[in-house]
Amino acid sequence: MFTRLTQDSAASDQTIEFTVNDRKVVARMGDTVAAALLAAGEMQFRISPSADKPRGPYCMMGVCFECLVTIDGRAGRQACLTAVKSGMQVIIPEGGRND
Amino acid sequence: MTDPVTNPHWDVVVIGAGPAGLAAATLLAEQKTSVLLVDEQPEPGGQIYRGIERLQAGSAKAHILGEDYVYGADLVRRFRSSAASYRPETSLWHVTPKLELFVSRGGVAETLQASQLILATGAMERAVPVAGWTLPGVVTAGALQILLKSSGLVADQPVILAGSGPLFYLLATQCLAAGVPIAALLDTAKARHMFGAIGALPRALTGAGPGYLSKGVKLMRALRQSGVPTYRGVEDLQILGENRVSEVQFRSGKRKHRLKAGIVALHEGVVPMVNATRMLGCEHTWDDRQHAFHPVTDTWGATSHAGIRVAGDAAGIVGARGAEHQGGLAAVGALHDLGRIDSARRDRLASAEMRALEAHMTARPLLDRLYPPRAEIKTPGDDIVVCRCENVTAGAVRQLATQGLGPNQMKAALRCGMGPCQGRLCGDTVAQIIADTRGTAPRPSDYYNIRAPLKPVSIGEISTLGERR
Repeated sequence: MFTRLTQDSAASDQTIEFTVNDRKVVARMGDTVAAALLAAGEMQFRISPSADKPRGPYCMMGVCFECLVTIDGRAGRQACLTAVKSGMQVIIPEGGRND
Repeated sequence: MTDPVTNPHWDVVVIGAGPAGLAAATLLAEQKTSVLLVDEQPEPGGQIYRGIERLQAGSAKAHILGEDYVYGADLVRRFRSSAASYRPETSLWHVTPKLELFVSRGGVAETLQASQLILATGAMERAVPVAGWTLPGVVTAGALQILLKSSGLVADQPVILAGSGPLFYLLATQCLAAGVPIAALLDTAKARHMFGAIGALPRALTGAGPGYLSKGVKLMRALRQSGVPTYRGVEDLQILGENRVSEVQFRSGKRKHRLKAGIVALHEGVVPMVNATRMLGCEHTWDDRQHAFHPVTDTWGATSHAGIRVAGDAAGIVGARGAEHQGGLAAVGALHDLGRIDSARRDRLASAEMRALEAHMTARPLLDRLYPPRAEIKTPGDDIVVCRCENVTAGAVRQLATQGLGPNQMKAALRCGMGPCQGRLCGDTVAQIIADTRGTAPRPSDYYNIRAPLKPVSIGEISTLGERR
Protein backbone atom coordinates (compact mmCIF):
# COMPACT_ATOMS: atom_id res chain seq x y z
CA MET A 1 0.00 0.00 0.00
CA PHE A 2 2.58 2.49 1.20
CA THR A 3 6.29 1.97 1.47
CA ARG A 4 9.19 4.00 2.86
CA LEU A 5 11.51 5.80 0.50
CA THR A 6 14.46 3.41 0.41
CA GLN A 7 17.01 6.17 -0.06
CA ASP A 8 15.57 7.96 2.93
CA SER A 9 16.09 5.28 5.56
CA ALA A 10 19.10 6.79 7.24
CA ALA A 11 20.65 5.02 10.21
CA SER A 12 19.54 7.88 12.45
CA ASP A 13 15.87 7.13 11.82
CA GLN A 14 14.63 5.60 15.06
CA THR A 15 11.99 2.92 15.00
CA ILE A 16 9.42 2.44 17.73
CA GLU A 17 6.89 -0.25 18.48
CA PHE A 18 3.19 0.17 19.15
CA THR A 19 0.18 -2.10 18.91
CA VAL A 20 -2.84 -2.16 16.60
CA ASN A 21 -5.58 -4.40 17.99
CA ASP A 22 -2.88 -6.27 19.99
CA ARG A 23 -0.75 -6.74 16.87
CA LYS A 24 2.79 -5.36 17.24
CA VAL A 25 3.66 -2.78 14.60
CA VAL A 26 6.91 -0.92 13.92
CA ALA A 27 6.72 2.81 13.18
CA ARG A 28 9.26 5.54 12.64
CA MET A 29 9.90 8.37 15.05
CA GLY A 30 8.06 11.40 13.64
CA ASP A 31 5.16 9.37 12.23
CA THR A 32 1.65 10.33 13.14
CA VAL A 33 -0.56 7.43 14.20
CA ALA A 34 -2.38 7.72 10.85
CA ALA A 35 0.86 7.53 8.84
CA ALA A 36 2.07 4.59 10.92
CA LEU A 37 -1.21 2.70 10.38
CA LEU A 38 -1.09 3.30 6.62
CA ALA A 39 2.54 2.15 6.58
CA ALA A 40 1.38 -1.00 8.39
CA GLY A 41 -1.10 -1.70 5.60
CA GLU A 42 -4.27 -0.50 7.34
CA MET A 43 -6.64 1.52 5.22
CA GLN A 44 -9.99 1.20 6.99
CA PHE A 45 -9.77 3.21 10.20
CA ARG A 46 -13.38 3.40 11.28
CA ILE A 47 -16.92 2.49 10.31
CA SER A 48 -19.03 5.55 9.53
CA PRO A 49 -22.09 5.35 11.82
CA SER A 50 -24.30 7.19 9.32
CA ALA A 51 -23.27 5.23 6.22
CA ASP A 52 -22.35 1.95 7.98
CA LYS A 53 -19.35 1.75 5.64
CA PRO A 54 -15.62 1.71 6.30
CA ARG A 55 -13.71 4.98 6.06
CA GLY A 56 -10.04 5.82 6.02
CA PRO A 57 -7.89 8.95 6.16
CA TYR A 58 -8.80 11.49 3.50
CA CYS A 59 -6.99 14.76 4.30
CA MET A 60 -4.22 13.75 6.74
CA MET A 61 -4.29 17.28 8.19
CA GLY A 62 -7.00 17.32 10.83
CA VAL A 63 -9.90 18.54 8.72
CA CYS A 64 -11.96 15.50 7.66
CA PHE A 65 -12.16 13.46 10.90
CA GLU A 66 -12.20 10.23 8.89
CA CYS A 67 -9.14 8.87 10.73
CA LEU A 68 -10.76 8.72 14.18
CA VAL A 69 -9.41 5.75 16.15
CA THR A 70 -9.14 4.66 19.76
CA ILE A 71 -5.73 5.51 21.25
CA ASP A 72 -4.78 4.29 24.71
CA GLY A 73 -8.42 3.75 25.60
CA ARG A 74 -9.60 7.13 24.40
CA ALA A 75 -12.05 6.82 21.50
CA GLY A 76 -12.44 9.31 18.65
CA ARG A 77 -8.87 10.58 18.52
CA GLN A 78 -7.64 12.12 15.28
CA ALA A 79 -4.89 9.72 14.23
CA CYS A 80 -3.39 12.24 11.80
CA LEU A 81 -2.81 14.80 14.57
CA THR A 82 -1.29 12.43 17.10
CA ALA A 83 2.40 11.57 17.12
CA VAL A 84 2.92 7.84 17.52
CA LYS A 85 4.68 6.85 20.73
CA SER A 86 6.35 3.69 21.91
CA GLY A 87 3.88 1.29 23.52
CA MET A 88 0.81 3.14 22.29
CA GLN A 89 -2.29 0.96 21.99
CA VAL A 90 -4.41 1.70 18.95
CA ILE A 91 -7.72 0.05 18.21
CA ILE A 92 -9.45 0.04 14.83
CA PRO A 93 -12.44 -2.02 13.68
CA GLU A 94 -11.49 -5.46 12.41
CA GLY A 95 -13.74 -6.69 9.64
CA GLY A 96 -16.79 -5.07 11.15
CA ARG A 97 -18.17 -2.55 13.55
CA ASN A 98 -16.20 -1.78 16.61
CA ASP A 99 -18.46 0.55 18.56
CA MET B 1 11.31 30.14 26.06
CA THR B 2 8.65 31.13 28.57
CA ASP B 3 6.77 28.22 30.11
CA PRO B 4 3.29 28.18 28.55
CA VAL B 5 1.72 26.51 31.58
CA THR B 6 2.82 28.98 34.21
CA ASN B 7 2.08 32.01 32.05
CA PRO B 8 -1.55 31.89 30.94
CA HIS B 9 -1.59 35.56 29.81
CA TRP B 10 0.02 36.50 26.53
CA ASP B 11 0.38 39.75 24.60
CA VAL B 12 -0.26 37.77 21.44
CA VAL B 13 -1.38 34.21 20.78
CA VAL B 14 -0.80 32.96 17.26
CA ILE B 15 -2.74 29.95 15.99
CA GLY B 16 -1.02 27.89 13.32
CA ALA B 17 2.66 27.10 12.74
CA GLY B 18 2.74 27.46 8.95
CA PRO B 19 4.64 30.27 7.23
CA ALA B 20 2.25 33.05 8.34
CA GLY B 21 2.18 31.96 11.99
CA LEU B 22 5.92 31.30 12.17
CA ALA B 23 6.77 34.68 10.66
CA ALA B 24 4.32 36.49 12.95
CA ALA B 25 5.49 34.77 16.13
CA THR B 26 9.18 35.23 15.30
CA LEU B 27 8.78 38.94 14.57
CA LEU B 28 6.75 39.51 17.73
CA ALA B 29 9.32 37.69 19.88
CA GLU B 30 12.12 39.70 18.29
CA GLN B 31 10.20 42.83 19.29
CA LYS B 32 10.14 41.65 22.93
CA THR B 33 6.48 40.76 22.98
CA SER B 34 5.26 37.76 24.96
CA VAL B 35 3.95 35.46 22.25
CA LEU B 36 2.67 31.90 22.22
CA LEU B 37 2.32 29.86 19.06
CA VAL B 38 -0.34 27.14 19.28
CA ASP B 39 -0.47 24.43 16.62
CA GLU B 40 -2.35 21.18 16.07
CA GLN B 41 0.54 19.33 14.49
CA PRO B 42 3.37 17.65 16.39
CA GLU B 43 5.99 19.73 14.52
CA PRO B 44 6.24 23.32 13.22
CA GLY B 45 6.02 24.13 9.50
CA GLY B 46 2.32 23.92 8.72
CA GLN B 47 1.28 21.69 5.85
CA ILE B 48 3.66 23.29 3.38
CA TYR B 49 6.84 22.72 5.43
CA ARG B 50 5.77 19.59 7.28
CA GLY B 51 8.54 17.46 8.68
CA ILE B 52 11.10 20.08 7.66
CA GLU B 53 13.08 19.88 10.91
CA ARG B 54 13.82 16.20 10.32
CA LEU B 55 14.88 16.74 6.71
CA GLN B 56 18.46 15.68 6.00
CA ALA B 57 20.31 17.97 3.61
CA GLY B 58 21.00 16.26 0.32
CA SER B 59 18.60 13.39 1.09
CA ALA B 60 16.32 11.79 -1.47
CA LYS B 61 13.40 13.49 0.22
CA ALA B 62 14.98 16.94 -0.13
CA HIS B 63 15.56 16.23 -3.81
CA ILE B 64 12.00 15.00 -4.41
CA LEU B 65 10.31 17.85 -2.56
CA GLY B 66 12.51 20.54 -4.07
CA GLU B 67 13.94 23.90 -3.06
CA ASP B 68 10.61 25.57 -2.30
CA TYR B 69 10.15 23.03 0.50
CA VAL B 70 13.73 23.20 1.78
CA TYR B 71 13.27 27.01 2.03
CA GLY B 72 11.04 26.45 5.06
CA ALA B 73 13.89 25.07 7.19
CA ASP B 74 15.25 28.55 7.72
CA LEU B 75 11.87 29.95 8.70
CA VAL B 76 11.45 27.24 11.34
CA ARG B 77 15.03 27.66 12.58
CA ARG B 78 14.51 31.39 13.09
CA PHE B 79 11.33 30.70 15.03
CA ARG B 80 13.04 28.08 17.20
CA SER B 81 15.88 30.43 18.09
CA SER B 82 13.47 33.23 19.00
CA ALA B 83 11.99 33.73 22.47
CA ALA B 84 8.50 32.75 21.26
CA SER B 85 6.77 29.99 23.18
CA TYR B 86 5.38 27.07 21.28
CA ARG B 87 2.75 24.51 22.01
CA PRO B 88 2.42 21.68 19.47
CA GLU B 89 -0.35 19.03 19.28
CA THR B 90 -2.70 21.59 20.77
CA SER B 91 -6.13 22.34 19.33
CA LEU B 92 -8.05 25.58 19.76
CA TRP B 93 -11.73 24.87 20.32
CA HIS B 94 -13.23 28.05 21.68
CA VAL B 95 -12.52 31.78 21.81
CA THR B 96 -14.60 34.27 23.78
CA PRO B 97 -15.07 37.85 22.55
CA LYS B 98 -12.63 38.91 25.29
CA LEU B 99 -10.01 36.62 23.79
CA GLU B 100 -10.04 33.93 26.37
CA LEU B 101 -8.87 30.88 24.44
CA PHE B 102 -9.81 27.29 25.20
CA VAL B 103 -7.26 24.76 24.00
CA SER B 104 -6.71 21.03 24.47
CA ARG B 105 -3.60 18.91 24.33
CA GLY B 106 -3.76 15.14 24.62
CA GLY B 107 -7.22 15.25 26.16
CA VAL B 108 -6.41 17.94 28.73
CA ALA B 109 -8.17 21.27 28.33
CA GLU B 110 -6.84 24.64 29.41
CA THR B 111 -7.59 28.34 29.04
CA LEU B 112 -5.25 31.09 27.90
CA GLN B 113 -5.75 34.83 27.85
CA ALA B 114 -4.52 36.89 24.91
CA SER B 115 -4.50 40.64 24.32
CA GLN B 116 -4.23 40.05 20.58
CA LEU B 117 -5.02 36.97 18.54
CA ILE B 118 -3.52 36.14 15.16
CA LEU B 119 -5.26 33.31 13.32
CA ALA B 120 -2.88 31.75 10.81
CA THR B 121 -4.87 28.58 10.28
CA GLY B 122 -4.05 28.30 6.59
CA ALA B 123 -5.97 26.58 3.88
CA MET B 124 -7.53 23.22 3.26
CA GLU B 125 -8.06 21.44 -0.01
CA ARG B 126 -11.39 22.18 -1.58
CA ALA B 127 -13.85 19.33 -1.08
CA VAL B 128 -14.09 17.16 -4.19
CA PRO B 129 -17.53 15.56 -3.88
CA VAL B 130 -17.63 12.88 -6.59
CA ALA B 131 -19.18 9.43 -6.57
CA GLY B 132 -17.13 7.16 -4.32
CA TRP B 133 -15.00 9.88 -2.69
CA THR B 134 -15.77 8.41 0.75
CA LEU B 135 -14.12 5.05 -0.03
CA PRO B 136 -10.98 4.15 1.91
CA GLY B 137 -8.03 4.68 -0.44
CA VAL B 138 -9.40 7.96 -1.78
CA VAL B 139 -7.30 10.79 -0.40
CA THR B 140 -6.45 14.36 -1.24
CA ALA B 141 -3.30 15.08 -3.20
CA GLY B 142 -2.18 17.00 -0.14
CA ALA B 143 -2.54 13.87 1.99
CA LEU B 144 -0.09 12.02 -0.26
CA GLN B 145 2.30 14.94 -0.01
CA ILE B 146 1.97 15.01 3.79
CA LEU B 147 2.82 11.28 3.99
CA LEU B 148 5.89 11.94 1.88
CA LYS B 149 7.00 14.99 3.86
CA SER B 150 6.43 13.76 7.37
CA SER B 151 7.09 10.02 7.05
CA GLY B 152 8.89 9.43 3.74
CA LEU B 153 5.94 7.24 2.76
CA VAL B 154 5.05 6.70 -0.90
CA ALA B 155 2.32 4.59 -2.49
CA ASP B 156 3.55 1.31 -3.94
CA GLN B 157 0.43 0.36 -5.86
CA PRO B 158 -1.26 2.02 -8.84
CA VAL B 159 -2.15 5.63 -8.01
CA ILE B 160 -4.59 7.68 -10.02
CA LEU B 161 -4.20 11.41 -9.67
CA ALA B 162 -7.29 13.39 -10.60
CA GLY B 163 -7.59 17.16 -10.53
CA SER B 164 -5.90 20.35 -11.59
CA GLY B 165 -4.06 23.37 -10.26
CA PRO B 166 -0.52 24.28 -9.21
CA LEU B 167 -0.37 21.97 -6.17
CA PHE B 168 -1.77 19.10 -8.23
CA TYR B 169 0.92 19.28 -10.89
CA LEU B 170 3.60 19.77 -8.26
CA LEU B 171 2.45 16.67 -6.37
CA ALA B 172 2.39 14.71 -9.64
CA THR B 173 6.02 15.54 -10.39
CA GLN B 174 7.02 14.76 -6.80
CA CYS B 175 5.31 11.35 -7.12
CA LEU B 176 7.25 10.76 -10.32
CA ALA B 177 10.54 11.67 -8.66
CA ALA B 178 9.73 9.39 -5.73
CA GLY B 179 9.05 6.45 -8.03
CA VAL B 180 5.34 6.22 -7.21
CA PRO B 181 3.56 3.98 -9.77
CA ILE B 182 1.20 6.55 -11.33
CA ALA B 183 -1.38 4.57 -13.30
CA ALA B 184 -2.85 7.68 -14.86
CA LEU B 185 -3.13 11.40 -14.51
CA LEU B 186 -6.67 12.68 -14.97
CA ASP B 187 -6.39 16.39 -15.71
CA THR B 188 -9.69 18.13 -15.01
CA ALA B 189 -8.55 21.57 -16.23
CA LYS B 190 -10.43 23.00 -19.17
CA ALA B 191 -8.44 24.28 -22.13
CA ARG B 192 -10.87 27.16 -22.66
CA HIS B 193 -9.77 28.78 -19.39
CA MET B 194 -6.45 29.50 -21.08
CA PHE B 195 -8.11 32.22 -23.14
CA GLY B 196 -9.93 33.78 -20.23
CA ALA B 197 -6.70 33.93 -18.27
CA ILE B 198 -4.71 35.88 -20.85
CA GLY B 199 -5.86 39.20 -19.41
CA ALA B 200 -4.09 38.36 -16.14
CA LEU B 201 -0.81 37.57 -17.87
CA PRO B 202 0.81 41.05 -18.01
CA ARG B 203 0.67 41.42 -14.24
CA ALA B 204 1.97 37.88 -13.77
CA LEU B 205 5.10 38.94 -15.64
CA THR B 206 6.01 41.43 -12.91
CA GLY B 207 7.41 40.89 -9.40
CA ALA B 208 8.07 37.27 -8.50
CA GLY B 209 5.55 36.15 -11.16
CA PRO B 210 8.05 35.01 -13.81
CA GLY B 211 9.68 32.69 -11.25
CA TYR B 212 6.34 31.02 -10.53
CA LEU B 213 5.49 30.80 -14.23
CA SER B 214 8.78 29.22 -15.24
CA LYS B 215 8.45 26.65 -12.43
CA GLY B 216 4.96 25.87 -13.69
CA VAL B 217 6.13 25.45 -17.27
CA LYS B 218 8.90 23.09 -16.10
CA LEU B 219 6.41 21.02 -14.10
CA MET B 220 4.07 20.66 -17.04
CA ARG B 221 6.95 19.73 -19.35
CA ALA B 222 8.22 17.10 -16.91
CA LEU B 223 4.75 15.59 -16.73
CA ARG B 224 4.35 15.54 -20.52
CA GLN B 225 7.75 13.90 -20.99
CA SER B 226 7.21 11.35 -18.21
CA GLY B 227 5.14 9.01 -20.34
CA VAL B 228 2.46 8.78 -17.63
CA PRO B 229 -0.89 8.10 -19.35
CA THR B 230 -2.65 11.46 -19.22
CA TYR B 231 -6.31 12.16 -19.90
CA ARG B 232 -7.36 15.78 -20.44
CA GLY B 233 -10.60 17.62 -19.87
CA VAL B 234 -11.72 14.84 -17.52
CA GLU B 235 -15.40 14.91 -16.44
CA ASP B 236 -17.94 12.61 -14.77
CA LEU B 237 -15.34 11.07 -12.49
CA GLN B 238 -16.66 8.12 -10.48
CA ILE B 239 -14.66 6.12 -7.99
CA LEU B 240 -15.71 2.51 -7.64
CA GLY B 241 -15.13 -0.14 -4.99
CA GLU B 242 -16.84 -2.06 -2.22
CA ASN B 243 -14.94 -1.47 1.01
CA ARG B 244 -12.05 0.33 -0.64
CA VAL B 245 -11.20 1.86 -3.97
CA SER B 246 -10.70 -0.55 -6.89
CA GLU B 247 -11.44 1.36 -10.10
CA VAL B 248 -12.23 4.76 -11.55
CA GLN B 249 -14.53 5.61 -14.41
CA PHE B 250 -14.55 8.95 -16.25
CA ARG B 251 -15.04 10.74 -19.53
CA SER B 252 -12.31 12.52 -21.47
CA GLY B 253 -13.70 14.28 -24.51
CA LYS B 254 -16.33 11.96 -25.94
CA ARG B 255 -14.75 8.73 -24.72
CA LYS B 256 -15.51 6.86 -21.54
CA HIS B 257 -12.69 5.14 -19.68
CA ARG B 258 -12.42 2.68 -16.82
CA LEU B 259 -9.11 2.07 -15.02
CA LYS B 260 -7.94 -0.01 -12.07
CA ALA B 261 -6.67 1.92 -9.05
CA GLY B 262 -5.17 1.17 -5.64
CA ILE B 263 -5.20 4.75 -4.44
CA VAL B 264 -6.98 7.79 -5.88
CA ALA B 265 -5.74 11.28 -5.02
CA LEU B 266 -8.03 14.23 -5.68
CA HIS B 267 -7.25 17.94 -5.84
CA GLU B 268 -9.23 20.94 -7.05
CA GLY B 269 -7.40 23.82 -5.40
CA VAL B 270 -7.35 25.11 -1.84
CA VAL B 271 -9.71 27.32 0.16
CA PRO B 272 -9.26 29.35 3.36
CA MET B 273 -9.91 27.59 6.67
CA VAL B 274 -12.72 29.75 8.06
CA ASN B 275 -14.04 27.82 11.06
CA ALA B 276 -12.47 29.99 13.75
CA THR B 277 -13.37 33.32 12.12
CA ARG B 278 -16.89 32.06 11.46
CA MET B 279 -17.30 31.05 15.09
CA LEU B 280 -16.07 34.47 16.17
CA GLY B 281 -18.64 36.16 13.97
CA CYS B 282 -16.04 38.01 11.89
CA GLU B 283 -17.37 39.50 8.67
CA HIS B 284 -16.82 37.24 5.64
CA THR B 285 -17.17 37.69 1.92
CA TRP B 286 -17.41 35.42 -1.13
CA ASP B 287 -14.47 35.71 -3.51
CA ASP B 288 -15.65 35.22 -7.08
CA ARG B 289 -12.14 34.67 -8.43
CA GLN B 290 -11.07 32.14 -5.81
CA HIS B 291 -14.55 30.58 -5.52
CA ALA B 292 -14.40 30.60 -1.74
CA PHE B 293 -15.37 32.52 1.39
CA HIS B 294 -12.78 34.44 3.35
CA PRO B 295 -12.86 36.82 6.31
CA VAL B 296 -12.69 40.52 5.46
CA THR B 297 -9.28 41.86 6.53
CA ASP B 298 -7.24 45.03 6.11
CA THR B 299 -3.53 45.49 5.35
CA TRP B 300 -2.67 44.45 8.90
CA GLY B 301 -4.86 41.39 8.85
CA ALA B 302 -7.39 43.05 11.16
CA THR B 303 -10.87 41.50 10.99
CA SER B 304 -14.18 43.15 11.87
CA HIS B 305 -13.57 41.89 15.43
CA ALA B 306 -11.25 44.05 17.59
CA GLY B 307 -7.99 42.31 18.51
CA ILE B 308 -8.40 39.47 16.03
CA ARG B 309 -6.26 39.27 12.93
CA VAL B 310 -5.95 36.71 10.18
CA ALA B 311 -2.75 36.14 8.22
CA GLY B 312 -1.89 33.89 5.30
CA ASP B 313 -4.16 31.59 3.32
CA ALA B 314 -6.85 31.69 6.02
CA ALA B 315 -7.64 35.25 4.84
CA GLY B 316 -7.67 34.36 1.11
CA ILE B 317 -5.23 32.19 -0.83
CA VAL B 318 -1.84 33.89 -1.18
CA GLY B 319 0.59 30.95 -1.21
CA ALA B 320 3.40 30.14 1.24
CA ARG B 321 5.65 33.09 0.52
CA GLY B 322 2.79 35.59 0.48
CA ALA B 323 1.57 34.09 3.77
CA GLU B 324 4.95 34.66 5.38
CA HIS B 325 4.79 38.39 4.63
CA GLN B 326 1.18 38.66 5.72
CA GLY B 327 2.30 37.10 9.00
CA GLY B 328 4.84 39.88 9.34
CA LEU B 329 2.22 42.53 8.62
CA ALA B 330 -0.21 41.07 11.17
CA ALA B 331 2.55 41.04 13.78
CA VAL B 332 3.40 44.67 13.09
CA GLY B 333 -0.30 45.55 13.27
CA ALA B 334 -0.58 43.78 16.63
CA LEU B 335 2.48 45.61 17.98
CA HIS B 336 0.86 48.89 17.02
CA ASP B 337 -2.45 47.94 18.65
CA LEU B 338 -0.62 46.93 21.81
CA GLY B 339 0.89 50.43 21.90
CA ARG B 340 4.44 49.12 21.52
CA ILE B 341 5.15 51.08 18.35
CA ASP B 342 3.79 54.29 16.82
CA SER B 343 2.35 54.53 13.31
CA ALA B 344 5.60 55.80 11.82
CA ARG B 345 7.57 52.83 13.17
CA ARG B 346 4.82 50.45 12.13
CA ASP B 347 4.94 51.74 8.57
CA ARG B 348 8.74 51.47 8.50
CA LEU B 349 8.66 47.89 9.74
CA ALA B 350 5.96 47.06 7.23
CA SER B 351 7.32 48.56 4.03
CA ALA B 352 9.62 45.67 3.06
CA GLU B 353 6.91 43.11 3.92
CA MET B 354 4.39 44.96 1.76
CA ARG B 355 6.69 45.13 -1.24
CA ALA B 356 7.56 41.43 -0.95
CA LEU B 357 3.90 40.45 -0.53
CA GLU B 358 2.96 42.37 -3.65
CA ALA B 359 5.75 40.73 -5.64
CA HIS B 360 4.56 37.26 -4.62
CA MET B 361 0.96 38.07 -5.51
CA THR B 362 1.37 39.07 -9.16
CA ALA B 363 0.80 35.59 -10.60
CA ARG B 364 -2.12 34.72 -8.29
CA PRO B 365 -4.94 36.18 -10.48
CA LEU B 366 -3.61 34.23 -13.46
CA LEU B 367 -3.59 30.97 -11.48
CA ASP B 368 -7.07 31.66 -10.13
CA ARG B 369 -8.39 32.10 -13.66
CA LEU B 370 -6.53 29.12 -15.13
CA TYR B 371 -7.79 26.60 -12.57
CA PRO B 372 -11.30 27.47 -11.37
CA PRO B 373 -13.18 24.53 -9.79
CA ARG B 374 -15.47 22.90 -12.30
CA ALA B 375 -19.24 23.06 -11.92
CA GLU B 376 -19.69 19.36 -11.07
CA ILE B 377 -17.51 19.89 -7.98
CA LYS B 378 -19.17 23.12 -6.85
CA THR B 379 -22.73 21.88 -7.28
CA PRO B 380 -22.60 18.07 -7.54
CA GLY B 381 -25.31 15.81 -8.96
CA ASP B 382 -28.16 14.68 -6.73
CA ASP B 383 -26.72 11.23 -5.91
CA ILE B 384 -23.38 12.52 -4.64
CA VAL B 385 -22.66 12.55 -0.91
CA VAL B 386 -21.67 16.09 0.09
CA CYS B 387 -21.60 15.74 3.90
CA ARG B 388 -19.26 12.82 4.54
CA CYS B 389 -19.87 12.68 8.29
CA GLU B 390 -23.66 12.36 8.12
CA ASN B 391 -23.91 10.85 4.64
CA VAL B 392 -26.13 13.61 3.19
CA THR B 393 -26.49 13.88 -0.59
CA ALA B 394 -26.51 16.95 -2.82
CA GLY B 395 -30.05 16.01 -3.84
CA ALA B 396 -31.33 16.24 -0.27
CA VAL B 397 -29.69 19.65 0.16
CA ARG B 398 -31.01 20.83 -3.20
CA GLN B 399 -34.56 19.78 -2.40
CA LEU B 400 -34.59 21.86 0.80
CA ALA B 401 -32.87 24.75 -0.98
CA THR B 402 -35.69 24.75 -3.50
CA GLN B 403 -38.10 25.15 -0.59
CA GLY B 404 -36.14 28.20 0.52
CA LEU B 405 -34.39 26.67 3.54
CA GLY B 406 -31.07 28.08 4.69
CA PRO B 407 -27.93 26.23 5.82
CA ASN B 408 -28.80 26.16 9.52
CA GLN B 409 -32.29 24.84 8.89
CA MET B 410 -30.68 22.14 6.76
CA LYS B 411 -28.44 21.22 9.68
CA ALA B 412 -31.52 20.58 11.77
CA ALA B 413 -33.44 18.78 9.03
CA LEU B 414 -30.68 16.71 7.41
CA ARG B 415 -27.88 16.77 10.02
CA CYS B 416 -25.44 17.93 7.33
CA GLY B 417 -22.57 19.80 8.96
CA MET B 418 -23.41 18.26 12.35
CA GLY B 419 -20.79 15.48 12.34
CA PRO B 420 -17.30 15.59 13.82
CA CYS B 421 -15.83 17.72 10.97
CA GLN B 422 -18.47 20.34 11.73
CA GLY B 423 -19.08 21.37 8.16
CA ARG B 424 -15.47 21.81 7.14
CA LEU B 425 -15.91 19.39 4.23
CA CYS B 426 -19.47 20.30 3.19
CA GLY B 427 -19.99 23.96 4.18
CA ASP B 428 -18.83 25.40 0.86
CA THR B 429 -20.71 22.83 -1.21
CA VAL B 430 -23.97 23.39 0.68
CA ALA B 431 -23.55 27.17 0.28
CA GLN B 432 -22.95 26.81 -3.44
CA ILE B 433 -25.97 24.53 -3.92
CA ILE B 434 -28.16 27.05 -2.06
CA ALA B 435 -26.78 29.93 -4.14
CA ASP B 436 -27.10 28.00 -7.38
CA THR B 437 -30.73 27.14 -6.59
CA ARG B 438 -31.39 30.83 -5.92
CA GLY B 439 -29.49 31.84 -9.06
CA THR B 440 -26.99 34.18 -7.42
CA ALA B 441 -23.42 34.08 -6.16
CA PRO B 442 -23.01 32.58 -2.65
CA ARG B 443 -23.61 34.97 0.24
CA PRO B 444 -21.92 34.77 3.64
CA SER B 445 -25.28 33.77 5.16
CA ASP B 446 -25.34 30.66 2.93
CA TYR B 447 -22.68 29.12 5.19
CA TYR B 448 -23.41 27.36 8.47
CA ASN B 449 -23.31 29.21 11.76
CA ILE B 450 -20.26 27.74 13.48
CA ARG B 451 -20.45 27.30 17.22
CA ALA B 452 -17.97 26.23 19.85
CA PRO B 453 -16.44 23.77 20.33
CA LEU B 454 -14.50 23.97 17.05
CA LYS B 455 -13.24 20.46 17.75
CA PRO B 456 -15.19 17.71 19.51
CA VAL B 457 -14.30 17.94 23.21
CA SER B 458 -15.39 15.44 25.84
CA ILE B 459 -17.02 16.36 29.12
CA GLY B 460 -14.00 14.77 30.80
CA GLU B 461 -11.76 17.15 28.91
CA ILE B 462 -13.80 20.18 29.94
CA SER B 463 -13.78 19.00 33.55
CA THR B 464 -9.96 19.17 33.54
CA LEU B 465 -10.40 22.97 33.34
CA GLY B 466 -11.80 23.07 36.86
CA GLU B 467 -8.95 20.99 38.28
CA ARG B 468 -6.39 23.43 36.96
CA ARG B 469 -8.06 26.57 38.20
